Amino acid sequence: MRKQPDIQREGHMDLGFVDEVAAIPGGEKIVDCIQCGTCSGSCPTSFLMEDSPRSLIYKVRAGLKKEVLQSPDIWLCTSCYLCYVRCPKNIKVTDIMYALKRLSCKDSPIQRKGYHLAKSFMKVVNKYGRNQETELLLRFFLRANPIGLIRNAFIGLNLFIRGRMPIFPNKIKQRKQFRAIVARAETLSN
Amino acid sequence: MSPKIGVYICHCGTNIAGKVAIDEVVEFAKKLPNVVMVRDYKFMCSEPGQNLIKDDIKKEKLDRVVVASCSPLMHEKTFRTACETAGLNKYLLHMANIREHCSWVTEENASATEKAKALLRGAVAKAALLEPLEKKEVKIHPHVMVIGGGIAGIQAALDIADSGRKVYLVEKEPSIGGHMSQFDKTFPTLDCAACILTPKMVQVGQHPNIELLSYSEVEKLDGYVGNFKATVRMKSRYVNEEKCTGCGDCWNKCPAWRVEKPKGDKKVVHDALTLGPPKAIYMPTLQAIPAVPVIDKESCIYFKNGKCQICVKSCPTGAVDHKMVDVVREIEVGSIIVATGYKLFDVTKMPQYGYGRYPNVLTGLEFEHLNCASGPTGGAVLMENGQPPKSIAILHCIGSRDKNYHEYCSRVCCMYALKFAHLVKEKTGAEVYDFYIDMRSFGKGFEEFYNRLLEEGVRFIRGKAAQISNEAIYPEEEGKLIVRCDDTLLGRVRRVPVDMVVLCSAIEATGDSQDMSRLLGLCHSKDGFFAEKHPKLAPVSTATDGIFIAGCCQSPKDIPDTVAQASGAAAQAMMLAARGAIEVESATALIDEDRCTGCRICNDLCPYHAIDFIADDKLSKVNEALCKGCGTCVAACPCSAIAARQFNDAQVLAEIEGVLQ
Amino acid sequence: MALQKEYLYYPGCSLHSSATAYDDSSRAVLSALGSKVVEIDDWNCCGATAYMAIKEMTAFTISARNLAIAEKKGDHVVAPCSGCYVGLSKANNYIKEFPEVQKKVNTALAEGGLSYNGTVHVRHVMDLFVHDLGADELKKFIKKPLKDLKVGCYYGCQIVRPKNEIDSPEYPTTMEKLMEACGATPIDFVMKAFCCGGAILGTEEAIGVRLIKNLMQSAKKNGAEILVTPCPLCQMNLDAYQRRAAKKYGMKFDIPVLYFTQLIGLAMGIAPKKLGIGKEIVSAKSVLKQFL
Repeated sequence: MRKQPDIQREGHMDLGFVDEVAAIPGGEKIVDCIQCGTCSGSCPTSFLMEDSPRSLIYKVRAGLKKEVLQSPDIWLCTSCYLCYVRCPKNIKVTDIMYALKRLSCKDSPIQRKGYHLAKSFMKVVNKYGRNQETELLLRFFLRANPIGLIRNAFIGLNLFIRGRMPIFPNKIKQRKQFRAIVARAETLSN
Repeated sequence: MSPKIGVYICHCGTNIAGKVAIDEVVEFAKKLPNVVMVRDYKFMCSEPGQNLIKDDIKKEKLDRVVVASCSPLMHEKTFRTACETAGLNKYLLHMANIREHCSWVTEENASATEKAKALLRGAVAKAALLEPLEKKEVKIHPHVMVIGGGIAGIQAALDIADSGRKVYLVEKEPSIGGHMSQFDKTFPTLDCAACILTPKMVQVGQHPNIELLSYSEVEKLDGYVGNFKATVRMKSRYVNEEKCTGCGDCWNKCPAWRVEKPKGDKKVVHDALTLGPPKAIYMPTLQAIPAVPVIDKESCIYFKNGKCQICVKSCPTGAVDHKMVDVVREIEVGSIIVATGYKLFDVTKMPQYGYGRYPNVLTGLEFEHLNCASGPTGGAVLMENGQPPKSIAILHCIGSRDKNYHEYCSRVCCMYALKFAHLVKEKTGAEVYDFYIDMRSFGKGFEEFYNRLLEEGVRFIRGKAAQISNEAIYPEEEGKLIVRCDDTLLGRVRRVPVDMVVLCSAIEATGDSQDMSRLLGLCHSKDGFFAEKHPKLAPVSTATDGIFIAGCCQSPKDIPDTVAQASGAAAQAMMLAARGAIEVESATALIDEDRCTGCRICNDLCPYHAIDFIADDKLSKVNEALCKGCGTCVAACPCSAIAARQFNDAQVLAEIEGVLQ
Repeated sequence: MALQKEYLYYPGCSLHSSATAYDDSSRAVLSALGSKVVEIDDWNCCGATAYMAIKEMTAFTISARNLAIAEKKGDHVVAPCSGCYVGLSKANNYIKEFPEVQKKVNTALAEGGLSYNGTVHVRHVMDLFVHDLGADELKKFIKKPLKDLKVGCYYGCQIVRPKNEIDSPEYPTTMEKLMEACGATPIDFVMKAFCCGGAILGTEEAIGVRLIKNLMQSAKKNGAEILVTPCPLCQMNLDAYQRRAAKKYGMKFDIPVLYFTQLIGLAMGIAPKKLGIGKEIVSAKSVLKQFL
């Protein structure tokens, strides 16, 4: 059903949101945006977004925090960096999309598939020190996309036949040391 | 007898008084040594403010004046004149800058007040040691040189020539006319560029007071305001200007091609846009002034193997001469107007727009030339294959407003984009898509022009085009160029298939602008445009007295602004010439001949080339007309043989001690 | 120009699982060119894309663990995977550019008895061919020129972006020069540095497949018989999903996708098996028939 439009009240804006995003290293240029649309015109997936990168940047500056962080569109960024290199104001658009993903993990109650993939990835890496593609895909598909598991089983088999999908995890030796470093790094996140 | 110093503290409205406690400073000043009079006033630079100083000089017999106000750059002249009219040598004035150096840049009131006191104490200490200096004048040579023969140079040259002064107009290319001569119509009035430019070009060619040095470049500049000596190389065009009648027999018969000769019926519609006239001996344009052809040495057969000379044989007046050599001339002038124009941003730096890879992607200047009646298609808008386009995309801000290339706005693109849109609609009826970020229609008649184009049915899309490709995804895109962009007002990504794309490429400083600024002693911005002396109040003057700037070499601008600025620069040059002489800085450097060892360190360091080595005496000597009193030589001299008047050791040390006390 | 005698090598996770062909061919080619490849000790995940999306500082830190280990041994670390290359470079650049990042990273590394001073240069394996070796030098090693083979050079994103020294972020051309040196005929296609959708295929399959379709369509239209890429994710994506894309859009794609090192190795006369040729899903056998 169509969402009922209404006047946007200033009292409902989160005016400090732009500063949160600008606080990432190199993120301060977000305020320079002139809404030219170079980022969204270049983006390979923006045609599917309700809020393209340009629009997300505008909403960040306006203070529509909830709307931005709950947007499924931030998870459509493929990190191809085309927006980043073309932006005429040198805004690190891709890094801003990363920052929005991180803030959304922290602050938004709605979690998208992209979040689950990233989370599964992180769990696997924290466990073994390396990514383990087979386990990652199992974890992710079971949690977020069970049908995808069936759809992709044949491709998995094809890879397995060619020795491209090992069953035994590839681990690092000093897993204890690795986890200690990760644990300390977690406490230092901004 | 100890000096009698008057101290005048300016409030500058609230500029100073808002930060600095004036009363406190007044009380402080009263206790300073040699001070016999202290006054404060809301605006010391005003008539009543100046009168305070004048009256005190007369009544109180002041022999030194200290004004604590703004920068001497602003008002030193004002207060010096006030002193002079009251009978005091104007070099007995000293200023303490308590605005730019103090109130404007200090956060707390208390510390601003303390700083003002310190600056004033230093100024008073130095003032006590000031000595009167003599006024110096130099004569102004009445002739003027204009460098650059585009519309700016043409306008300036004609204005000056009409006032009865002689002008040397130096143009690098074989013909004057510049970029404007390649245009068809001009915005927003749509008058024909040729119709308004050619009469002026002809006037230049015929004017008894203008000596046109085409195909020439300034190689060296010596001298100073009023007395410049320029070395100009007149490149050999291998055609005698006196004898040539411009009949065209030579280039019609010339067998050598500057550009690849067209094969069969292959259309080279767009090649001709970038390459210019095809033959080795060529007339730059039909309306060229001087109407004399030039030989391109690279492609001329005679210069390759010593044979051919068909042009020589075909010339009815015997004007062609392959043995002609460059002529180097020294020209004396009193002032110089620099109007060296611009060049276009190289759009191949942005491969996403496919320029050079796809046919039918043109730069703004190429599209101008395509539209021009004297262009390769006689003004018809045609694609590479000779067919008229059914749709055209015009892309704004290519290389402008873009920190990866040029941060500034090129100012003319929005309006010439509209002009193109109009011409396309008028000539072909094609669909026109105009991709803009912001439509900047700020000038006289511009918004009305925008409105006209809205009514003509141009499809305006607010969004910077992101890329051009020839990769069709949908059936309607086959064989077309596809513009991909975010239509920011729709909030959707669009793919717009078109037959032709025009890139509104940025205006940028000419490639040799840095060499020019070194040659002429000019400053330039980081973008390479020449810097004016003051952005608002001295827009055509430069850091070098007697050298003025006009047109796009100062910053991107349109024709009306260029012409206005050129006339402004001409007025400045004429003012100098009319005055006949000007006063120059008296606070110059002075070399003590007994101490100078002739080491010549100062000769090279002087930024104004004001110190000459006198070989006979084995001594360096300051040319006082050139010296600006900057003090570089004073600091550099290993023998302490150089003193700067008004900045001698005693004076400078007194001021420093005063400030630090 | 010449390759260095020795490079530190960071294979990254994919090269030990789905992209062993890239690992094998990179090692085989570099050693045939006279360079020793030294794998860095006990390396861990680079912390790229997916990790970065949740924990930035941790991602930088685990990247820096690799750099810290490498720093003890040398100064040039080669990563064949574009994702690892960007992940490691990004961490490296941020550590150099922002002192507070360096401080935090080192605080965490200290837990494992490590520290990183920012002296390592992160290189991509293609970067070595382009800037250390050069196409002209490579030509001297070619024994079996890939005559008349029409190769589409697909760069992907992260090898040329964000800006780096390897090639133009918009219209790269260096891989074509390498392929020319191998005797092949590179074809030009617009999509060569645009996203293949690999990064979101798992989460948004429809989008990924659509991007694959556009890309393969462009390559096919311009006459590519085979695609080469320097990126494991792109290879996997284009190799494993092109048929699904073709089916969905009623088209037909049968273009094998190899790593650029595999074709270079082949042209240098290295045995196909040593280069992992045959591990691709869309078989390259018939296209490469005369060179195998």
